[in-house]
Amino acid sequence: MYCEECKKNPATVHLTQVFNGQKMESHLCEECASQKSGFMFDPANKFSIPNLLGSMFGSNYSVQGMPAMALHSTCPNCGMRFMDIKQVGKLGCSECYKAYNQELEAPLRRIHGNSQHLGKIPVRGGEKVLVRKQIEVFKNQLQEAVRAEEYEKAAEIRDMVKEMESKLL
Amino acid sequence: MSITDVLNSSYIKWMDTQAGDRDIVVSSRVRLARNLNKIPFPHLLDQVNGESCVQQIRDAWQKAPGPILAAMDMISFDQLPALDRQILAEKHLSSPLHADSNSIFRAILVNDEGSLSAMVNEEDHLRIQSLLPGLQLGECYSRVQDLDDEFEQNLDYAFDENRGYLTSCPTNVGTGMRASVMMHLPAIQMTGQLNHILQNIGQLGLVVRGLYGEGSEAVGNFFQISNQITLGQTEEDIYNYLQTITEQIVEQERLLRERLQTDMKYQLEDKIGRAYGILSNARVISSDEALTLFSDVRLGVDIGILKGISIFSLNELMVAVRPAHLQKRTGQDMDAIERDIKRAEVIKEKLGAVRE
Repeated sequence: MYCEECKKNPATVHLTQVFNGQKMESHLCEECASQKSGFMFDPANKFSIPNLLGSMFGSNYSVQGMPAMALHSTCPNCGMRFMDIKQVGKLGCSECYKAYNQELEAPLRRIHGNSQHLGKIPVRGGEKVLVRKQIEVFKNQLQEAVRAEEYEKAAEIRDMVKEMESKLL
Repeated sequence: MSITDVLNSSYIKWMDTQAGDRDIVVSSRVRLARNLNKIPFPHLLDQVNGESCVQQIRDAWQKAPGPILAAMDMISFDQLPALDRQILAEKHLSSPLHADSNSIFRAILVNDEGSLSAMVNEEDHLRIQSLLPGLQLGECYSRVQDLDDEFEQNLDYAFDENRGYLTSCPTNVGTGMRASVMMHLPAIQMTGQLNHILQNIGQLGLVVRGLYGEGSEAVGNFFQISNQITLGQTEEDIYNYLQTITEQIVEQERLLRERLQTDMKYQLEDKIGRAYGILSNARVISSDEALTLFSDVRLGVDIGILKGISIFSLNELMVAVRPAHLQKRTGQDMDAIERDIKRAEVIKEKLGAVRE
């Protein structure tokens, strides 16, 4: 079988495409196939995420009104400057996340499409977060109880919420 | 069994073949990135902080609040020769980046069967991983989670209510979780569907890499697919999503394998037969050539054209023919040519033995 495009070389690439349930088959030689399909995947291409990160924090940033000061401020814990972070694509320590909280908002959104953690919370160090989440759960239960007119149960839950809220202070 | 056994044998848990979809999904992995509060990340570690970091992790391991840490071995990289570190990387227990240096701040923790491990001071202070055969992302997650809980009892993790687990690179922050599957996709490749599938995967927020992770080439039709986003989704959502996409790719690969068998029966059998012929007769063979031919033979075994060869032995071969494993086997340094000769010998020995 010869290539459908150039009709010169033997067809070595057999392409099956399905558009809206319609099957289309094409038989091409390697040369024509590579021109046709717009091959995107090149493993030799070192187009890795860390290399891109510098630009994530990068120039388009100031456009969004980032105070120019931040570039020269340093993290009180590790001494990393925001401009260093931009350069290496890595933060210096856990405290950098606090020091550059505002500056990180946009890059994080750009990378993850989101900037708020929803996953696991550690028991140590995450106590307050866990308490707050538990309060949310109790408050929902409280509403349920009120709706069902189970006032004794509601009072019990209300007391638990109060106790937990006192832990947060 | 100890770390010495892991280093001396070419076996590791992910090579087992009882798990589901193992003909197409070679292995599943979930890793969590964790850091210690206020200690500078590995790329900024000085002597004092570096020692403190390793010491805290060592203490957490020695205290072993549960059975998982108690069953793990820990060894510092200054105690491991370069060859052994490379062996860990070839087995996917360490990364090429991690294995690169004998820094006293670097270390590895590993369990008997190599299904659980933790890299100390790679890009983050701790990178905990679970690596299992076949498609088992849920199981990987639950195991790595249990190990994380044991560590956490004695480690003060860097965590922020809004940003989650804090990591050295902002691409990992949040869950700190990367779930990945290693897939063998010869039919998708042969039928020219690969570009379409890879493009789609990219649009779905997943990343495709080669056999040895970031920056490595896709040799022998092996592809590693993993999540890109780590922040703003729960761990369960991340691995369930990857699982769903993986199942769809498996389905596609199956269909195309069937079609190849009907439409191109002779060409396919020829290709597989030739691959087996070269592997069992070659005297000098490079790593890349071997991996490419393993792919053909593997396909032949999967679809029943080649009998008497186990997928397990092919998994084992993939690791056994890597440079460090070859040198460990002969017990001496070898240049590229010597390795190519030794590689051919090892392949012939393993493939020949299973055929008879």
